[in-house]
Amino acid sequence: MNVFDYVSQQLVNAVSLGSLYALIAVGLSLVFGILNLINFAHGDMMMVGAFAALLLQSAGVPFPVALLGGIVFGGLAGFVMERTAFRPVRGAPDVTMLLTSLGVTYILENLGILLFSASPRNFPLPAWLGHVYKLAGGRITFTNINVLTLVFSVVAFLFLYWFVTRTAVGLGMRATAEDLIAARLVGVRVNLVIVVAFVLASAFAGLAGMLWAAQVGVAYPLMGFTPMLKSFVAAIIGGFGTIEGALLGGYVLGALEIAIVAFLPPSVSPYRDAIVFGLLIVLLLFRPGGITNVRREVKL
Amino acid sequence: MPEMLALQDLSVNYGPVAALKGIDLSLQEGEAVALLGANGAGKSTTLRTVSGIVRPRQGSVRYRGKDIGRLDPGVIVGLGVAHCPEGRRVFAGMTVLENLKLGASRRGDEAGVRQDIGRMEELFPVLGERRQQRAGTLSGGEQQMLAIARALMSSPRLLLLDEPSLGLAPLLVETIFETLAELKRAGVTLLLVEQNARVALELVDRALVLRTGNVVASGSSAELKRDPQVVEAYLGGGR
Repeated sequence: MNVFDYVSQQLVNAVSLGSLYALIAVGLSLVFGILNLINFAHGDMMMVGAFAALLLQSAGVPFPVALLGGIVFGGLAGFVMERTAFRPVRGAPDVTMLLTSLGVTYILENLGILLFSASPRNFPLPAWLGHVYKLAGGRITFTNINVLTLVFSVVAFLFLYWFVTRTAVGLGMRATAEDLIAARLVGVRVNLVIVVAFVLASAFAGLAGMLWAAQVGVAYPLMGFTPMLKSFVAAIIGGFGTIEGALLGGYVLGALEIAIVAFLPPSVSPYRDAIVFGLLIVLLLFRPGGITNVRREVKL
Repeated sequence: MPEMLALQDLSVNYGPVAALKGIDLSLQEGEAVALLGANGAGKSTTLRTVSGIVRPRQGSVRYRGKDIGRLDPGVIVGLGVAHCPEGRRVFAGMTVLENLKLGASRRGDEAGVRQDIGRMEELFPVLGERRQQRAGTLSGGEQQMLAIARALMSSPRLLLLDEPSLGLAPLLVETIFETLAELKRAGVTLLLVEQNARVALELVDRALVLRTGNVVASGSSAELKRDPQVVEAYLGGGR
């Protein structure tokens, strides 16, 4: 195996992982950009999406339809979460919303444990998804799961781009993220914008949850928490609160993690999270706004 | 016929601090009125209360006979009151065209909106040249034009303007006020907050002078220009 093949193989892995971080980070950033809320419950939308797809499949629903179902249930969960948990505390200090999101996390995760038990369940996949492609004489391999991850992520990002540049609600979303008062003054329907942001973010997280479960083969109620934290890091690396920052940060983090495992001695791999978080601290020391250098006032 | 705008005994607090202490003001259709006064006199607060960003503590805000004092800002825009805020507050990361479209957030008539975008680009040709450029890349004067155009995109009957001359070179101030005079001739009712009293009094029919939340003087532009106290305080008197 030559260096080129090795790097190419790691690139496939990095894109696959980065897509998931980017999918999750975009949702965190959408909501944060508008409400200044770091939504810890965002990761639990991954569980919702994964379990929706899992249960739909065990009910005999074909895989592609189950995937769509996971996205829909993710979005639906986002809608319910906004209405029942976050709208009632709107206008309260930002800390109140932060604590609310922690509360929602505990409720959802314990509900998940109650309903599905804490132990991982196999995530059923049709046989064709496991098909292995071999390039360069078998030295670079990837599966249909990698392909599915990349295709769904790219479609999701293109949809998001279309949405925020071509629809009235999308324009209002960007306007609200930039300047809430000015957005209200021109008549942006801020309540609608907020609920749509939650629905989109949660649908994306639901999608990420299914793809994540497909990659590791299992789903469990606490599956979303660590990816959510890492995606939060990704969003900060890129520049928190902006869509571009989240995408960039997601792929940078994916590449970084893979690089640590691939190019550093194996004895270092277990410390990859520590290294990633350490690098984040160094980055923020020198560039507080992330790679895209986002500056915003955050009240706490 | 009811007045375009009538404020009655309007009081506003920011927490324990009184910003407006019972002011009265009425505007007829087609009139242009300025609010003059030093920083902290309550001028901006008056505009913010009319557009619904700030809630009155006491008193009423009536627009064409309807009490709008507790309505949502978006609803108020929909009724025909546009607020061009202090510091311009254009959406810097969005294009000029997107800013204009956002100004029409409460309009459903797509054809009319497209037509009005064309009209704005006639009124401010520079906006037409830069329609795909991010608003943050415009100069201060261009951003002020965009802020006014964005407010006009809601096709308002009443336009609230907060410090349109702030931070602009004299020549640009003149351009902006020529445009405002044009709007006035076209029948838009104007309520203007302005530090630059000399320029403001050239444009408006009447003005009120505010000091620490109270109206301390009012009259026609001609009267105020002769009032020794106003001259002393706001027109750089001492001649």
